[in-house]
Amino acid sequence: MKEATGLKEIIKPENLAYRRSDVILDNTFSYCPGCGHGTTHRILAELIEELGLQPTTIGVSPVGCSVFLYHYLDVDIQQAAHGRAPAVATAIKRLLPDRFVFTYQGDGDLAAIGTSETIHACNRGENILIIFVNNGIYGMTGGQMAPTTIPGMKSSTSPLGRDVKTMGNNLKMTDIVATLEGTYYVTRQSVHTPANVRRTKKAMRKAIEYQKLKRGTCFIEIVSNCPSGWKMTPVESNKWMEANMFPYYPLGDLKTPAE
Amino acid sequence: MAKIRGSIVVDVEKCKGCEVCMVSCPTGTIAMAKEVNSKGYYNAYPANPELCIGCASCAIVCPDGVITVYKTKI
Amino acid sequence: MEKELRLMKGNEAIAEAAIRAGVDGYFGYPITPQSEILEYLMEANPYEKTGMVVLQAESEVAAINMVYGGAGCGKKVMTSSSSPGISLKQEGISYIAGAELPCLIVNVARGGPGLGTIQPAQADYFQSVKGGGHGDYHLIVLAPSSVQEMADFVELSFDLAFKYRNPVLILSDGAIGQMMEKVYLKPQKPRSTVVPEWATTGKGEREDRNIITSLDLDPDAQEQFNHKLQDKYNEIRKNEVRYEEFNCDDAEYLLVAYGTSARVCQKSVQIAREHGIKVGLLRPITLFPFPSVRINELGEKVKGILSVEMSSGQMVEDVMLAVNGKVPVKHFGRMGGIVTTPDEVVEKLKTLFIGG
Repeated sequence: MKEATGLKEIIKPENLAYRRSDVILDNTFSYCPGCGHGTTHRILAELIEELGLQPTTIGVSPVGCSVFLYHYLDVDIQQAAHGRAPAVATAIKRLLPDRFVFTYQGDGDLAAIGTSETIHACNRGENILIIFVNNGIYGMTGGQMAPTTIPGMKSSTSPLGRDVKTMGNNLKMTDIVATLEGTYYVTRQSVHTPANVRRTKKAMRKAIEYQKLKRGTCFIEIVSNCPSGWKMTPVESNKWMEANMFPYYPLGDLKTPAE
Repeated sequence: MAKIRGSIVVDVEKCKGCEVCMVSCPTGTIAMAKEVNSKGYYNAYPANPELCIGCASCAIVCPDGVITVYKTKI
Repeated sequence: MEKELRLMKGNEAIAEAAIRAGVDGYFGYPITPQSEILEYLMEANPYEKTGMVVLQAESEVAAINMVYGGAGCGKKVMTSSSSPGISLKQEGISYIAGAELPCLIVNVARGGPGLGTIQPAQADYFQSVKGGGHGDYHLIVLAPSSVQEMADFVELSFDLAFKYRNPVLILSDGAIGQMMEKVYLKPQKPRSTVVPEWATTGKGEREDRNIITSLDLDPDAQEQFNHKLQDKYNEIRKNEVRYEEFNCDDAEYLLVAYGTSARVCQKSVQIAREHGIKVGLLRPITLFPFPSVRINELGEKVKGILSVEMSSGQMVEDVMLAVNGKVPVKHFGRMGGIVTTPDEVVEKLKTLFIGG
């Protein structure tokens, strides 16, 4: 492996401070440079490893950029039809209730075609974790408008910017599911800075641990970037996301269990 | 007083040159290479390795997990 | 242990048989004329007795995707619906076939197209046998013609589904779903604890993770996979054809009919013979694989074949393909949910083939 290294005398096994989780397979992610999917995968993988869940995890991957989740995470995975992951996960969890079951979905998957499955799984309080990566655009298919695209935002199907009068406002799925009795823990995070990565990991750890309690659906939205779709560099996209997406999708817990 | 010193190892061929690690580094350790890797990306590398404090900010924010971090007290 | 004799509706028989066959999960949605399946299961509450999951999904689409999830875990799972709901499931069915998952889908067919009617029809033959969903795949299709077969076919379906890692469809209709007949039910079988080696159940002690997917962007690999599926369907064609014959030995005319139409035609054979016409009936039990070989054989001996189906004529095309032009093949059937009468069939046979 071709490496660029710092001070060689410090590079010793006993000095190891951070390495990528073994639950991440050695395949190169197909994601664009700077895409939040990769970071989110890594956080999930670390938690699966740290919590000893690799033998009992079953994930459900969507249609979208992260359809190939099963090439990157070394756990059992089912690839689901577009939007249907919560239904697929419902059956898995009901038939194998002691496994850790999660869905991993983008905004087209969860907030457009899958709105019904998302709401109903949450309404029934299925004991699963739903990970919702929201970058306000359809990445995989080339940058079309999503239900979560913010007003005025340009995309290949809203070239003049999202026009609220004809296209409606951006749909805030996380806020909607937080109102349902069936959800137990609902939070919105991001992964674009180290501090946010740490907060996301903390939130996701809670969400994963809560599944053992069987008290309802845990839902974590990751507001993320799409440098390719937004036509910006990764660093620019993170700045743009902070300035423009966060006002519509503020970070923090929307629903926490009554302790 | 003991100082914490770090050292990062970047998997050059897996790096996609997104620069998020560079802007996350608190000490200015990281810069982007002047030559591309075999995929055509200007990969990250520890340009000022003596500044590294092993905080792992770069590694934890890296979308592709290409950075391994070591640190020690000196 | 003894079989239990009950008087039941077709829909109820499927539900009870599913419980007794040790089915792991049923995911359904109400639609006439099959809502009794879901209702019966909810009332019976088999979760208490066997651990069978019964869930009313939010839509037929959600239900078929729940089946996909359960099947991916190697469980015996099923869903049921009627024609318009089966249309909704087609994407999911294609995924299940593409991922090579075993499952049972029950269609208690009604008249169409569109919202149609709640009366029985046989206009979903093409949908069941020729595709329905996108891509090159086939379902194994079983056509019951009695309440007993509704019950018996549940276990048979899962045996076939797991043998070939393929979805199975029971193509019934509103008449069989609603009618009450005697049915012998097998005793309760425990739910299986066998885990197929391909199922996603958590890595456990396994070296490699299991992946359930129907996606492959490499065209060479995808072509190989399609060949694999076709080889499978050829095996199914070779091994799993099922049919029943009535009075075919000396028949001069042949009726081909399935489901409710076969019940009608049994009487038609009797009536025709009373009028001195030697008619036989071949009742396909598997619509896929279709009993083409046997129909071809019978085609050598008879003067004409009448395909009797409650549709504009769908199975008739497979009968024509089977005899390959050797003998005239025609269709008769009412549409819109009307069930043909035995006399109507005999009259039509006379008109079409005997001239009066």
